[in-house]
Amino acid sequence: MGTPMHRGSSSDAIEDGEITQSIAEHKGCGKSSRGGGVRCGSPAGHSDLPAETWEKVKKHPCYSEEAHHHYARMHVAVAPACNIQCNYCNRKYDCANESRPGVVSERLTPEQAARKVMAVASTIPQMTVLGIAGPGDPLANPEKTFKTFELVHKLAPDLKLCLSTNGLALPDHIDTIAKLNVEHVTITINMINPEIGAKIYPWIFYNHKRYTGVQAAKILTERQLQGLEMLTRRGILCKINSVMIPEINDRHLVEVSKAVKSRGAFLHNIMPLISSPKYGTVFGVKGQRSPTALELKALQDSCEGELHMMRHCRQCRADAIGLLGEDRSAEFTTEKLATSDIKYDVESRNAYQAKVEDDRAKAAAKHADLVELAVSLGDTKVLVAVATKGSGLINEHFGHAKEFQVYELSSGGAKFIGHRRVDLYCQGGYAEEGKLETIIRAINDCHAVFIAKIGGCPRAELVKAGVEPVDQYAYEPIDKSTIAWFKTYLDRVTSGAIKHVERGDAAIRQGALIFAA
Amino acid sequence: MPFKIIAAQCTSCSACEPECPNVAIAEKGGTFMIDPKKCTECVGHFDEPQCVAVCPVDNTCVLDTSLARYQAGS
Repeated sequence: MGTPMHRGSSSDAIEDGEITQSIAEHKGCGKSSRGGGVRCGSPAGHSDLPAETWEKVKKHPCYSEEAHHHYARMHVAVAPACNIQCNYCNRKYDCANESRPGVVSERLTPEQAARKVMAVASTIPQMTVLGIAGPGDPLANPEKTFKTFELVHKLAPDLKLCLSTNGLALPDHIDTIAKLNVEHVTITINMINPEIGAKIYPWIFYNHKRYTGVQAAKILTERQLQGLEMLTRRGILCKINSVMIPEINDRHLVEVSKAVKSRGAFLHNIMPLISSPKYGTVFGVKGQRSPTALELKALQDSCEGELHMMRHCRQCRADAIGLLGEDRSAEFTTEKLATSDIKYDVESRNAYQAKVEDDRAKAAAKHADLVELAVSLGDTKVLVAVATKGSGLINEHFGHAKEFQVYELSSGGAKFIGHRRVDLYCQGGYAEEGKLETIIRAINDCHAVFIAKIGGCPRAELVKAGVEPVDQYAYEPIDKSTIAWFKTYLDRVTSGAIKHVERGDAAIRQGALIFAA
Repeated sequence: MPFKIIAAQCTSCSACEPECPNVAIAEKGGTFMIDPKKCTECVGHFDEPQCVAVCPVDNTCVLDTSLARYQAGS
């Protein structure tokens, strides 16, 4: 097998492809026994994780914020059927410009999917994870899902297998999931209180019967939590996805975080509701609003004490391919694959990934300098936006940025708290002059924006809006530069040159990030 | 009286196909159809028609009254 050797005994069992999975107690970074101060999502976070957990997440872009700068994932849309109905979902739409979870452009048979995986893994050597996330529920299509995993594991045993489910059918499939070496399972859990669940799920289909209302939600939550416990007992890493729906489950998600932590969940991903009448979802049609950036951050912050937060989710489609910030699915349509010659080259993949690991080690070494920088900066916290193409550098022009990464600066350093989309894709015709307004709305809660370069006009507009454009750290590392700027900011406040004022809220752009091919 | 699938509303999600106890549902060229000769409305198998219960789009699996024997006077 092409993967590096693991030291942990349970990892070895998985490596060897044995059916016997480790039943050692899962040691997620959220475990209270490990004490506080653990930061899965941070660049230095891995030092706080048990070695075997780090081995599992270090090449999974969704389970490690740091890994998402280096490694890519792909989803194959082999699972069209679903067994529940969610008020935020409508899978009837299928437009290339439509970009929400649950939407795909083409459905694949397991054989087509395996062929596609080979083609993508050969073209994108940093593709390390194969996920099945729909467009329905993978476990409502167990034969197609597991057949795909079997085929892929045979052809490319170095790929990590990953699954995302609503959890209703989960307890019935634990043995198969373990047997097929699926190391990562995401469960979407939006509530643990059936009264709240009844407002989110109109019905479920369970044991040949359609259940509605509180009864449906009660069955669903019991099955989800039972499935979660069964997985973590087997040492399978579980991420919990929750959709934040203002006035319905927003405050309740703190309870959800506690409940899933106590059952061994590894990571919690709270995502903003995507809602608009044009999507034709129940929530969209009813005018249910999405949360603002400030509301989302406040909820994530209040859950962070319970469990580690994933803040780099791009809410991708069930057929997404590439790094999380990009989507290359249009390069790999069945039509294009039919004519291409596919050679799966493990050697070149390994060579590429070895180089990535080398770069990561160097970046981690640089990070060590930071600790020194980030001392005694007081209690002030500010948010800043950064235009980056990746690699942890400020290396994107203001006008070219399709998204900004947002960092919270404090005496603790620069902490990544999310990203803001500013691309104008599929937004129903914003004029060019509206673009700047859109960007300012998206980063309105930030005190500064770091860019490699910026034109005179947007610079003036940003200053007018109270967001300081900073280009003197072009092509420099994000963490070091933002903290250096923060020090000068505080100096200016202390000397009275400027006054520190709180910023307002920002808007979250709807839909997942995709690029026109 | 058998059920039929309103093709224009069907999302081809395939959820109904494995649920049918009579194996009456099949895909043809991307659309799903119910074989009226095989459909029993799930009587004798389940309390409710399975295709109706699992279908994500309301009123897409409906009773087919167009067959001659269900027409008035026939």
